[in-house]
Amino acid sequence: MVDAANTLPGTAGEPPAGRPLLRIENIRKSFGDLEVLRDVSLSVAEHQVVAVIGPSGSGKSTMLRCINRLEEPNSGRIFLGDDEITARGARLDKLRRNIGMVFQQFNLYPHLNARDNVALALRKVLKLDRAAAHARAEKALASVGLAEKTLAFPAQLSGGQQQRVGIARALAMEPRVVLFDEPTSALDPELVSGVLAVIRDLKGLGYTMVVVTHEMAFAREVADHLIFMDKGQIVEEGKPAELFAAPRSDRLREFLSSVLGH
Amino acid sequence: MDNVYRYFFNVEVMRQSLPFVLNGLLVTIGIALLTIVIGLSLGLALAVIRAFQIRVLNVFIVAFCDVFRAIPALVILMLVYFALPSVGISFSPFVSTLLTLSLVLAAFSLEIFWAGITAVNPGQWEAARSTGLSFAQTLRYVVLAQAVRMVIPPLTNRTIAITKYTAIASVVSVPEILNQASMQQAQLANPTPLTLAAILYILMFLPMVVFSRYLERRHSRGR
Repeated sequence: MVDAANTLPGTAGEPPAGRPLLRIENIRKSFGDLEVLRDVSLSVAEHQVVAVIGPSGSGKSTMLRCINRLEEPNSGRIFLGDDEITARGARLDKLRRNIGMVFQQFNLYPHLNARDNVALALRKVLKLDRAAAHARAEKALASVGLAEKTLAFPAQLSGGQQQRVGIARALAMEPRVVLFDEPTSALDPELVSGVLAVIRDLKGLGYTMVVVTHEMAFAREVADHLIFMDKGQIVEEGKPAELFAAPRSDRLREFLSSVLGH
Repeated sequence: MDNVYRYFFNVEVMRQSLPFVLNGLLVTIGIALLTIVIGLSLGLALAVIRAFQIRVLNVFIVAFCDVFRAIPALVILMLVYFALPSVGISFSPFVSTLLTLSLVLAAFSLEIFWAGITAVNPGQWEAARSTGLSFAQTLRYVVLAQAVRMVIPPLTNRTIAITKYTAIASVVSVPEILNQASMQQAQLANPTPLTLAAILYILMFLPMVVFSRYLERRHSRGR
């Protein structure tokens, strides 16, 4: 068994960093008449951290949710390694264990304590026995700084702690890519930094991550690649420092000046 | 005052009729327990089937639910016991009552379980599915686990209400409390056995009523 907290998700023998692990090709998505994603393509290399920014309603979250098919794209293809997630008859339950997801509202199971929140899928999906699942869940919780809280119920935890349980739940499955859907947007300001620090640690451990966020400083410092979306399209992408310093499009320039307040 | 005593609380009549009415109590408890087990299991099973959104089945489930909630239990019992034999299906009085009450409880509890399932936040489904749990696993370990807890207070109330209908079994002469009491009343020409029946119903159901209030209070504090 590999320890989620201490090992790179891509272990020895895999191709070197830089090979695209996640590829999104020309996805479109509409809700009724509303076109939310208009031909979005994107590729994420192994060990890369991609931050996605943009005004609300720009399709960032929908794009993220298409990756594990919580939303069904109307057209386009999505690949994780050699597996096509959007293939007809794709074994979604199998594919989803390789894609961790962290939600804005945490979505912890309120009837289970922190350890069992993490252990549920370990037991029912990976079929670990109770002791092994608990051990792995406790390690995952320790890796997000919650070793003391394994038996606490979600209602007894702060928002920041709850979100860290959410992260541990995703990591314990040893996913190949972790998706973050505005992980700090529902948190009180003083709790944001703790959660961001955990995500920063994961980058150090080599996790491949796509992070939809409103935290501009975080996007600038932590992301290897920055994506700016507006009106269902990727308007601009590149190195975060360059995009922040010299946005090429008017839309990114306007967006940055509105969120950064200058 | 003397008359009240003589006709409602006649100790001698009580003494004579008590063994009969107590026998009735056992029958009532039997019907009640079996109704609760069968009715709630069936209701939960139908709610689970409904969650799978299979259109043809759902039409039947919703129709069953609406029809059995709309028809008075007494009418259903009369249909089962007096009408079904004319098409060649006949059940004993005991089974007819059990069938009627179980189906009525199933219909009501199905609706309550279903309300619980739909009240669970969609984010719970998404979180569970995102970790690779199947639809059925998510339903069982995440959604039902929460839904059942949520609906315990209304479910308890409804279960009590329907279990009380065991009294309609007297119409098809199942020897339960009410039936025994009214036979004794006729035999001894005194309504005291009915008082006895009422007392037994109170002893049987009052703890359940108190328990349901306790559940409700604990529940409202929890959120």
